[in-house]
Amino acid sequence: MSHNDIIAAISTSLTPGGIGIIRVSGEGSPALCAPLVRIKGLSLEEAEPNHLYYGKIHSEGQLLDEALITLMRAPRSYTAEDTVELQCHGGPLVLQRILEAVLQAGARLAEPGEFTKRAFLNGRLDLSEAEAVMDLISAGTDLAKQTALRQLQGHHSAKIRDMRGRLLEKSAYIEAALDDPEHYSLQDYGREVKPALMTIREEIRELLFSSENGRLLAEGIAVAIVGRPNVGKSSLLNYLLGFERAIVTQIPGTTRDTIEESCRIGDLLLRLADTAGIRDSEDAVERIGIERSREAIKEADLVLLLADGSRPLEEEDEALRELCVGKPALLLLNKADLGLAVSPETEEKRLDIPCFAVSARTGEGLDRVTEHIRQMFCLEEIRRQPVLVTNLRHKALLREAEQGLDLVLDSIDKQMPEDFWTIDLMGAYRALGLIIGEEAGEDLINEIFGKFCMGK
Amino acid sequence: MSLNQTTKTDVIVVGAGHAGCEAALAAARLGKEVILFTVSVDSIAMMPCNPNIGGSSKGHLVREVDALGGEMGRNIDKAFIQSKMLNESKGPAVHSLRAQADKRAYSQYMRETLENTPNLYIRQAEIAKILVEDGAVKGVESVSGWQFLAPAVILCTGTYLKARCLHGEVSEETGPNGLKRAEYLSDSLREAGLRLLRFKTGTPARVDGRTVDFSKMEEQKGDDPITPFSFTNTAESLKRPQISCWLTYTNEETHAVIRDNIDRSPLFSGAITESGPRYCPSIEDKVVKFPDKDRHQLFLEPEGLYTHEMYISGMSSSLPEDVQEAMIHTVPGLEKARIVRSAYAIMYDLIDATQLKHTLECKSIRGLFSAGQSNGSSGYEEAAAQGLIAGINAARLIDGAEPFVLSRSEAYIGVLIDDLVTKENQEPYRMMTSRAEYRLLLRQDNADLRLTPRGYSVGLIDAERYQRFSLKQQQIRQEVERVKKLVIPPSEEVQALLEQYHSTPLKTGCPLSELVKRPELDYESLSPIDPERPMLPGDVQEQVNISLKYEGYIARQEQQVEHFARLEKRRIPANVDYAAVSSLRLEARQKLERIRPETLGQASRISGVNPADIAVLQVYLEKHKHTEP
Repeated sequence: MSHNDIIAAISTSLTPGGIGIIRVSGEGSPALCAPLVRIKGLSLEEAEPNHLYYGKIHSEGQLLDEALITLMRAPRSYTAEDTVELQCHGGPLVLQRILEAVLQAGARLAEPGEFTKRAFLNGRLDLSEAEAVMDLISAGTDLAKQTALRQLQGHHSAKIRDMRGRLLEKSAYIEAALDDPEHYSLQDYGREVKPALMTIREEIRELLFSSENGRLLAEGIAVAIVGRPNVGKSSLLNYLLGFERAIVTQIPGTTRDTIEESCRIGDLLLRLADTAGIRDSEDAVERIGIERSREAIKEADLVLLLADGSRPLEEEDEALRELCVGKPALLLLNKADLGLAVSPETEEKRLDIPCFAVSARTGEGLDRVTEHIRQMFCLEEIRRQPVLVTNLRHKALLREAEQGLDLVLDSIDKQMPEDFWTIDLMGAYRALGLIIGEEAGEDLINEIFGKFCMGK
Repeated sequence: MSLNQTTKTDVIVVGAGHAGCEAALAAARLGKEVILFTVSVDSIAMMPCNPNIGGSSKGHLVREVDALGGEMGRNIDKAFIQSKMLNESKGPAVHSLRAQADKRAYSQYMRETLENTPNLYIRQAEIAKILVEDGAVKGVESVSGWQFLAPAVILCTGTYLKARCLHGEVSEETGPNGLKRAEYLSDSLREAGLRLLRFKTGTPARVDGRTVDFSKMEEQKGDDPITPFSFTNTAESLKRPQISCWLTYTNEETHAVIRDNIDRSPLFSGAITESGPRYCPSIEDKVVKFPDKDRHQLFLEPEGLYTHEMYISGMSSSLPEDVQEAMIHTVPGLEKARIVRSAYAIMYDLIDATQLKHTLECKSIRGLFSAGQSNGSSGYEEAAAQGLIAGINAARLIDGAEPFVLSRSEAYIGVLIDDLVTKENQEPYRMMTSRAEYRLLLRQDNADLRLTPRGYSVGLIDAERYQRFSLKQQQIRQEVERVKKLVIPPSEEVQALLEQYHSTPLKTGCPLSELVKRPELDYESLSPIDPERPMLPGDVQEQVNISLKYEGYIARQEQQVEHFARLEKRRIPANVDYAAVSSLRLEARQKLERIRPETLGQASRISGVNPADIAVLQVYLEKHKHTEP
């Protein structure tokens, strides 16, 4: 199937009421739509591009809807192809019927992301912008959407393009001096180039830092719930998951054969790992596997260490506390509704860990816990700062560029001859180029194939 | 008046300059009968410009030619009168060998080699026509109408096609050095459907050494011991007295003379519209391009042992002769210099090399090859490298063997040819280190390690040389392994040696290879604490040192090559219809249609084809592959 056939889809969400848009794109799309559309006094094909026309949509002699119709001519449209957009007023059913009429006239239903794919292939979007659209489509939270939107506006590309420009300038100067030492001197060039490279490295690190935050926002915070048997892990889990049933999802784990569920509490997206395992261990009579806890803690962004607060803490609770050293962790003294036998303040000091009295059964104290998590991960702070990078591919490449610059700076410090600097300088340059698609590479193209499900 | 005479042979080479000689020798050594045409037998392997071979990155080409079994390295080793390794203060990737030649000896030795090669015949004649039938070359025809028939023809016409020489207002229709130009061949090539371009290049004046005051210049001596160009020679076997070159500088007075007369330069008056080499600029170009520089280097280089004539390197020009004399006389040491030959610019027709494959065969005419300056390059070394590749491929075409192509990650020769056939060069192309992306791997010191096996498999390297190469390779490998395994203890003796080189003392034992990596140390300086070290030849020690010392950099560059190679392996079918790839931008489509790259990698290097176009093209090829069984 050529990617130049005509594709169509409803390009707004299918909610009742409001306006719905059907987009039809591809060479010949105006001619394909013309018989369905009646605009007073002219045929759709004669319409002035980028003008809004009032018209009626008919199919098989039947009026389907009144619509506002826009014709766009290549390359001045989202896909850079001839495009017709029908803004319809009817509800989902009417939209569906109009779409069917368009498909019957010879268009093909667009695959997810296909308009964007065409926009990219037609040079209308660069790779990182195209990826932003894809991220937008699959974004889980409002913040992730905002990030993708910002990326789509090209913030990210402009920044990377600028860094690349500066790297190229340094490398080009060294190359020029190697070929024409008479007219270009490398005397003390290290001293000149070092601060410039450190600045670029700092900018990359900022992007990476924001990407870490971005990941927490987009994917949620990975939470491990650990604790001895019968301290109420299962109840806590159920309480958290009960917060907003609608968005609980079951995702088969990728690293191990585990189930992961996520819950959203306000703007806080938590990913609860190994929920099945927790339920199992709660049921099992045997003692909790330390190995299993160790594994769960390693993978987590945040550990919730649950203990039975109605009784004094046991050695085993303290052993679990030890396992959490070096990780953001909270100690939750459960069963507060039964009356506490230990004081959170004392335990907090003694075990050096933020401590809260909660009841997984009644939900008592859990709002303070979520507020604390929000502060811990500086979510307020992150919300104010633009998050530029959430995409994993971008992150890996940024890291590669950062390492390249580390190596260049190391070469300068070791007083290696200048021609060695360019090896890693160009490595960093290439990595950045791959992010925005300004560098052609087999890997990059594979990425595109994967992302847009091509090659089938 | 046409003769009714025909002669048949295997390979015809037109032109006996540096490209033609290599092409003829390679084809003859691979068992083909070769006729080598020249307009003058006395100008075989002539050096009409600079009296040296090699130099920055060009030295790499010569060593690569040698490693593949070409002649240039051996010939300059016979004819050099001074030899020097350049850029020794920089990294090993940019070290480059350059040797001053006795021009007459260089030419003479090459002629002897040609004449002593079986199956190779020299013929003095101007070729007027190429004969083409059904998209394949049939042979050539001389001005007298004598037809020479062969399945492979290699054009190495240098700067001779419709050449015109210029200084000031004087213009002469001659080739270099006043030799006869090739009058007719350009038209015949056009008739065969080839696109021709026209370039300009130039050469400086020569002065009489007896009229130069060397006391005002800095002496530039050769190395002792020297490094041979050819891997078949040793420094000891080439030991001979060397002649010096001399360094002096232009000054503000020189620049004033040039500026005052710039309107009389054909470059600036509009008499020359052809583009000249940006990287080998005339002195008037330099004065205009670098207005802040108060001086430019000039080297006085002897033209040979047989003459007092000296070449003023750095002063090529097409200014009128009176201006040339005035500007020369402003230079310290040249106040009273007498000109022997004036500087001149030369303009000539050439073949647009984007019409060639990487084998240097024309895409549209089977069996017709083109090599050397007439492909838009500049320099003897660039010419020789192409001549060798064309000669090898002409022989292989006749034998029905696979094409012989070097990649950009294998050799400077690969970079050179890929650039010539891919990028639309607007000026004579000069090899430069910056053009090679993977130059740390493509060093002049390891050209034999990279290419001897290729030369051996082609058939230009004999078994004995290959055995010597294998031994060297084995010695390097064993010694590298030994040094990596050898643990040096923090003994008193070791600490003392480290202190001597201001190197941090050892706390615990450490592999010797790690010490080699320290900037202040190397393989050789560590020999006192390595008593078990075997006696190894100097070139083996050099390789051990480089491969250990720069191990990390080499590994990273190898990784870059891997990335590069992936796109390079993606072949584009020769019959791909770019008009059907509708998402390509117009400019990219036109370029791709014209150049018809052989791989996606090559396509990505065409100017005007951007990464998005490559993505589009790959998507298209991928789909195409899937729809076809």
